[in-house]
Order: sequence, then C-alpha cells, then structure tokens
Amino acid sequence: MDILKVNDLKVYYKTLRGSVKAIDGVTFTIRKGEVLGIAGESGCGKSTLVNFFVLPKEPMYHAGGSVILEDIDITKLSKNELRKIRYEKISIIPQYSMDALSPTKKIKVIIKDIIREHGKHVDHTLIEERLSMVNLSKKVLDMYPVELSGGMRQRATMVVSTLLNPKVLIADEITSALDVSTQKFVIEMLMGFMDRKIVDSMIFITHDLSILYQIATRVMVLYAGKVVEIGPMEEVIKSPVHPYTKALVYSLPEMNVRFKEKRLKGIPGHPPHLLNPPAGCRFHDRCPVARERCQEEEPPLVKVGEDHYVYCWEVKV
Amino acid sequence: MIRLENLTKIYSTGVVGRRGIVAVDSVSFKIKIGEIVSLVGESGSGKTTIGKLILRLIKPTSGKIYFLDREISSYKPLEYYRNVQGVFQDPFSSFNPIYKVDRIFENVNRYLLNLPRSEFWGKVEESLKSVGLNPRDVLGKYPHQMSGGQLQRTLIARALVIGAKFLVADEIISMLDASTRVDVLNILGDLRDSIGLGILFVTHDLSLGYYISDTTVIMYRGSVVEMGDTEKVFKNPVHPYTKMLLEAVPTFKKKWEPSKEMFKIESGSLIFRGGCKYYSRCPFRRDVCKEFDGNLSEVEENHWAACALFGR
Repeated sequence: MDILKVNDLKVYYKTLRGSVKAIDGVTFTIRKGEVLGIAGESGCGKSTLVNFFVLPKEPMYHAGGSVILEDIDITKLSKNELRKIRYEKISIIPQYSMDALSPTKKIKVIIKDIIREHGKHVDHTLIEERLSMVNLSKKVLDMYPVELSGGMRQRATMVVSTLLNPKVLIADEITSALDVSTQKFVIEMLMGFMDRKIVDSMIFITHDLSILYQIATRVMVLYAGKVVEIGPMEEVIKSPVHPYTKALVYSLPEMNVRFKEKRLKGIPGHPPHLLNPPAGCRFHDRCPVARERCQEEEPPLVKVGEDHYVYCWEVKV
Repeated sequence: MIRLENLTKIYSTGVVGRRGIVAVDSVSFKIKIGEIVSLVGESGSGKTTIGKLILRLIKPTSGKIYFLDREISSYKPLEYYRNVQGVFQDPFSSFNPIYKVDRIFENVNRYLLNLPRSEFWGKVEESLKSVGLNPRDVLGKYPHQMSGGQLQRTLIARALVIGAKFLVADEIISMLDASTRVDVLNILGDLRDSIGLGILFVTHDLSLGYYISDTTVIMYRGSVVEMGDTEKVFKNPVHPYTKMLLEAVPTFKKKWEPSKEMFKIESGSLIFRGGCKYYSRCPFRRDVCKEFDGNLSEVEENHWAACALFGR
C-alpha cells in the first residue's frame, strides 16, 4: 500500500537570474513498512525534495506535480494546514539535527510545545519511554540543549521528531557526522522506531551507499534534480543498470580493494548547473556510453526488473 | 622519515588549567619515506592532535618527534615547513573567500621559495597538472567557483610546489562526494609512488584507510591499541576495539549483525581509572585488564596490539 505518492514533482528556487530547477519532474511512491533510501551527490536535490514535504519556504517554490499523503495533496495546503500535518503525518530529523533545538528552551518545554500545538495530551510515561529508546535518561528533560553533547542532542531531536507517531519519517544525512561505531547505534535506534510501529515508513537520505545498503528496502538514485534509477536495494547494488549508478557503486572503496592491486575510478567532470540544465539526459556529458540522442531527448523510463526502473536511452531489456 | 617517541599531549582545562585532558598518551610509531600511514580512530581519540603536533601547531607535553632523525623543534620554522605540510578537512575554510585561489601560491613564493615569477608559475602549473587539475580551471578563480575536490587537490598541489617531503592529510576526504573521493585518494597513492611522499592519512573511515595505506595505526582515547601492516591488521585483528570497528563498517558484502549490548555504552561517559582504557566497553574484559599497562606486544611480524588477553 502506498502511503506517499509523488507525481512529476517540480520544486524550484527563485533567484535573481531565474529559477534553479532543483527538483525537476520526480515521480515515486513510498509503501507502508518500507525504508526508501535516496542517494546522490551533493547538489542533486535530495534535501530539497524532503524539505519541500515538510516545510516549503522561500525561495523554494512548487512549480508543478503533486505529493499525495493519504489522499491529501500536500502541495495544495496552506501554511496553517501544513502545520497540522507536520510531525503528525510526516516528520523529519533534519541534517544538522545537533543544532535543531532552540537554545533558550529546556528539552521538556520543546517537547510539550509540540504536543500542545497539536492539541494532544502530555503523557509523561510515553515521553520517558521514548527517551529510553534512544538511550537518554529522563534527566535531560530539565536540561538546555547546550548541556547535552552533539550526539545526545541528535537523539533528543529524534525523540521530538517521532513523538506524534508520524506515518512517514524522513532522516536527512543523520549519520554523516558520526563515527562508524555510533553510526550503527543511531541506525539501530531508528529501526527501533520502525519495529515498534511508531513510524510506518521511512525515507533515509545519505550520500553513503554502503550505509543505505544496511537498512533500505528500496533505493532511489537522484542526479541533478531527476531520478536516474529506482529499485530494490539489493538489486541496485549488486547489478546497477544506469551508467551513473554504476559509476557511483564502483567508485566506493569497499574493504576488499586496495590501491596497489586495483585502482578505483571516480566520475570525471561535475554535475550541471541547474539554472539552465542541459537538454536530454542530464548525465550525458559525464556518461561513458552517451550518444547523440542523449544530448537531445529526455531519456525514457525503462523497466529492467521486478520493481526496478531506470531512465536511460542506452539500456536494453 | 617521521618518528614519534612516547609522544604525550595533555590539554589543560577548567579553572586555571587544573584539569588535564590526556589527548595523546605516550604514542610511538614511525613513517618511512614513500609510505602512507593511516591513523584511524573515533572522534576524541587524539588523531588530529598527533597531526597538529607533527605540524608544530602545538607543543607536546612530553615525548619527541623526529624528522629525518633530527628533532623537529631544532629546525627553523621556514626550513621545517619547506619539508612538512598539512591539508585539512574543510577545503573552503583553508581559502580566504575574498581572494583568488592564486593567492595561496603567491604567498608560498613570497615567504618560502623566492623564485623568479616565470619559473615559479611554471612550477605551479606543473604541480597542478600532477594532481589532475587543468591550471586554467584553478588560476584566476575564486574559491566559491570551484568544487571541494578541486580545492582539496589545489592544496595538495601547493604542498608539492613547496617541495614538501611529508604531508599530514587530516580527514581530507570526508567532506567530498563519493564520485571525487577516489580521485583524491589516487593522487595520494601516485605521489607516494612517484616522488616518495610520506603521508599521515588521518581518517575515521576504515575503508578509505584500507584502500590507500601501507600501515594502519588504530587509536582509542589517546593510545595506540593496534598497529601494523594494513593487510594484517584488517585480516587478523587482535584488539576487541579493532574488531568492533571493523564489524561496524558498512559494506555491500554483508548486512550488520545486531550490536552486542556491551558496545552500546556511551564512550564519553566513562571515567578512566587505570588499566586498559577499553575496559568498560569491552565484551571480553577480565580482571587482568584492570592492571594492564597498555603496552603493545608483537602479534606477528609487523603487527602489534595492546590487549591484556592476547596470548592467554
């Protein structure tokens, strides 16, 4: 069952020189009980996409398409209507979650504000239970964010974000600033929210494919504001189809390769500027298999396996 | 080339510096000419402090560092920095955003080299090419017009212009995108092989260290817990901390196993009371660990570990 349906969504940024097409025609769905991973280089539109779901604010604007969350098109909602849905239906653990809490409020005030804002009753045992799920004691309730370490603040933010049992939880690059050993705990805590049915589905954003592989059911690879490949995690990693996904997967130093034995290759060039994105496939000037057609026409959607799709001219089924 | 001998650094904090934080605790290892040593550890393990000590940005509390068999404090600053250079994590903060990129090279010539202009810029172009950059993409540009990978490579080129023989590379890859990471790593590998550059590669990412380094040094709370030939340390880890780190590295080969309860204790909340520093997090701890002196013992040729339980 689909919880969230995104259809041909376009999100642009208004600038003095014109619109930056950060998300340009993205279509996908999120099913109940799954973790959808979103991967891509910086500037590909990962954060724009999810920030739009939660808080579309200037200079970001909606330029077309729909986002349907349980029969409601959230692109049509007013700011106040969106306020009710936020935290209750869709919620985010933001990228810099260590710095997401107001420094002048105690943790308990932050928590109570959100509960009251949504007209709910403050349940102390529930709050304590949630804190213990992320390995925090109830003492933190009486502390200010500055009194907590970065990791503790991040976990406090996790509690705040999931307090009202959102249907969809977005985790935006929450592991990037962490050590390997802490990364694993944070992800285990996050999966704890899924296991206890506190959240139904999750969107997990990272540039690190090997972390995504540990938790995601499906993965969507973005490049310059467009989807290039979407499919089951295992399949995309083991047999990537789109030239960009291939380059991305093969450029990772896994623990089985060494410089002296086998040289890995990066992807030459850099992503296009999105003020005037190139015609045709946006990857064409970095693509090793690009032909003339790729420079002119938008690539078609090709089904390459059960539930596995790519946008590419050069893929044969 | 570089040799650390019982290097210790204690930062003083608190009222009138009464409390000391032991950032680096009696660390000894060496880096040969044309060798990449990766220094791996979590945040707070003291790996950056070692980099800073080698770059003479801070003074050691005790212990000595030798460069080419001479203690580093005996070199004159200019003489030392002609040989030893550093590149750091955030490429954007290494550049002054209001000046063109050329300025970092101009300063090099003004203070360190004093070469005639044409000769100097010829050298700059040559070294930019050797790190895979087109001089036209770099010179005359402002930092914001370039990508992080390009800036980072420009900084490596700067060290080459100076003629550095040793490079401290402190988390230089972590802020870069997956698609350019490998390119920067390959440059380090090429420079090692072509001009015999010695590199201290500070990282928290074990897979990067495995890919590029000849020797791996693993640190935990200021002490070396395991070190040796990279292949040996990764294939045959002895210390429980190394094992835990290796297990936590996400790879495509296998999915994570659920963590053992013992590992979940916060590392920051522990107070050190002598004995093995890893005691409170270690799933294999025994009473002997409380009296352990933390010294490294040889596991096999070119591989050492500091664990009280090794060999028992």
